[in-house]
Amino acid sequence: MTTVAVPATAATPAEQARPRRGWTQHGLLFVAPFLVIYLAFLVWPLLQGLRMSLSSVNIAGTNDRFVGLANYAEAFGDPRMWRSLWNTVEFTVLSTIPLVLLGLGLALLVHHLRFVQWLWRLSFFGPFLLPSAVVSLLWLQMIYPPEYGLINGALGTDVLWLGDPSTAMWSMVLTTVWWTVGFNFLLYLAALQSIPRHLYEAAAIDGASAWHRLRSITLPLLGRTTALVVVLQLLASLKVFDQIYLMTGGGPDDSTRPIIEYAYDAGFTGYRIGYASAVSYILFALIVVVSLAQLRLFRKSEEPS
Amino acid sequence: MDGPPIDRRSLLGGGLALLGAGAAGCSIPAGLGSTRTRVRYWHFLGASDGIIMNGMVRAFGADNPGIAVEENVLAWGEPYYTKIAMAGAGGRSPDLATFHLARLSGIGAGRILDPIDTALLAENGLKAADFSPPIWERAHVGGELYAVPFDAHPMVQYYNTDLCERAGLLGPDGRLLPTNGPEELLAALRKAKAALGGRPPLVFDALGLGTVGPWRLWRSLYPQSGGTLLSEDGSRVTLDDAKALDALRLMPTLCEEGLCDPRTDYGASVAAFTNGQAAFLWNGDWETTGLKQRGTPFSMARFPSVFGKGSAQADCHAFVLPHQRERDPEVERATYRFIAHLVKNSADWAVAGHVPAYLPTLEQPDYLALHPQSEYRSVITEVALDPRAWFAGSASRLWLEFGQAFSPVISGAITAEQGLARARQALSRLMAAPNPFPAEER
Repeated sequence: MTTVAVPATAATPAEQARPRRGWTQHGLLFVAPFLVIYLAFLVWPLLQGLRMSLSSVNIAGTNDRFVGLANYAEAFGDPRMWRSLWNTVEFTVLSTIPLVLLGLGLALLVHHLRFVQWLWRLSFFGPFLLPSAVVSLLWLQMIYPPEYGLINGALGTDVLWLGDPSTAMWSMVLTTVWWTVGFNFLLYLAALQSIPRHLYEAAAIDGASAWHRLRSITLPLLGRTTALVVVLQLLASLKVFDQIYLMTGGGPDDSTRPIIEYAYDAGFTGYRIGYASAVSYILFALIVVVSLAQLRLFRKSEEPS
Repeated sequence: MDGPPIDRRSLLGGGLALLGAGAAGCSIPAGLGSTRTRVRYWHFLGASDGIIMNGMVRAFGADNPGIAVEENVLAWGEPYYTKIAMAGAGGRSPDLATFHLARLSGIGAGRILDPIDTALLAENGLKAADFSPPIWERAHVGGELYAVPFDAHPMVQYYNTDLCERAGLLGPDGRLLPTNGPEELLAALRKAKAALGGRPPLVFDALGLGTVGPWRLWRSLYPQSGGTLLSEDGSRVTLDDAKALDALRLMPTLCEEGLCDPRTDYGASVAAFTNGQAAFLWNGDWETTGLKQRGTPFSMARFPSVFGKGSAQADCHAFVLPHQRERDPEVERATYRFIAHLVKNSADWAVAGHVPAYLPTLEQPDYLALHPQSEYRSVITEVALDPRAWFAGSASRLWLEFGQAFSPVISGAITAEQGLARARQALSRLMAAPNPFPAEER
């Protein structure tokens, strides 16, 4: 007769509840490929950038002397840094609102249209597939030109869409909305299609109007998607660079220059990589603050009431 | 070539050009295993400048079968100087590159660029006395030669000969009657306006993405009354408000009266002049070939003297040797041979409109026979080069910032005082910012 060998030290319930201590033995191996890339291409550059932001290093990698917080002090006293930071914030606010609302609106529209759905899906999502250079050329050469552009031609106006500081940022927002709204639209459409149909049937039997169904079923059930869309949109808008660089180059009169372009200008045109790193870190700080604020906000709203 | 300046759109084109150049680089016959000495040559000379340069490279190849010059054409402007800096920093750079002389102070000579060996130059028949003295002097940094000057490309006045004749502005020899001072200029422009049926007779690059046109105009006018930007050593701002404002006010004054069009960007200004919709174009000298090809009836003259002297903004093309850790002596010899070939054949290059920096060319009959390229050659002694500062030169921060400050002055969006205040602010910021390549690093 044999007895089942019982481990000399039986695990207490408390120990069982903790993750197994041995996970690093194999787990680390599994995540190693990812970790290596993560360390090499994210953590290391991040630390290196921080170090460079405290130095006077130039584009050639020379003149690499520690200057403490001098770059940051200069950046905080630099009106063009503030202007471009403000432009980025302005663009983020102006673009995020229509991009989220329009994405939702288009998704609702397409969800309820019963004919040629693929065509609507394609036409709303299509622009998102275009590279930024194509989008920029399209709007720069065909839609915005004051003399022969589509908009002035259609409206009979004579507006310098990209040449006037008062319209340039709005023009950039318009282009960006047209270009990227498809992504939010797609997320919303997917979420809409996953709402169980019987909820609407039950509501209809209870006599709820279409407006009521939208407000009490659709929108609450889209809450998580909205949270996701807003997070992704804010991050994308804060990182705006390519279409503005290609279409206005930051002008006219600095009215569209985003902070990333200012960092690019300081580093690549001005050869001052140290200062450019400091400017980048200021944007990084802004993004961290926005992300933390959002996290708190959504945590609160998602707690069961 | 210098224009269209810093057009961000051209970046796309530049990217394509790069791809093309990369592909072309692979198909160069003088690859590995070839017995020919390969000289890798980077430049930013596009459009008609590029065609002329390519012709000169071919001519060199025909005369020197043992040397293969590998041309690599990159996008003009900021991206070019970024690439040169990176290549020189890495020490595995091209053997030869074109450069703007005024950018020499800001590139880290000694770090990014290697000095020129004057003995090797002399061996190939080039000596200091052959070059225009102020330009030769500007090719030095800290007493050492870092560039071989090739040309100066000043602001000039293009004029439509048909329109000017109708307006009675040509002399008996068919040349534009020179104007002196603002009154004469205005009178001439008014006549041209009448001849054009009320259209603005003068066009220039007044606005656009990263425009440097307003800077070029102001930089041509302001030094005419003796105004300077920085002290000789580049350590102090010496901007004279009264003179600067006079120069700055000329453009909006002209535009208010309908004598110029403030709503033209670089391309539109050249197009308007090409199509005969304007009698005058104020621009750099590099549109010559294009205008000839399109058959515009035109000639060129020196930039008008409005405030005293006849100075005109200019920068110079030059050749530099980006830093290499190990320079192959054979390639080096071939490189100097090539430089000497280009410089001595400056008359071929002058076809593009640029004024040769190599003085013997200025006396050569085939240069003097060039029309209208030789019409404005006297400007070479009065060119207004950029101040010696690390932030100056073609497509530099200085040009961009001043262009941006002055563009709204031309259109009347802000006053000349506001524009100057902005420029002054930008200049003091640039002065306060540390030089990324300080002298002690050399």
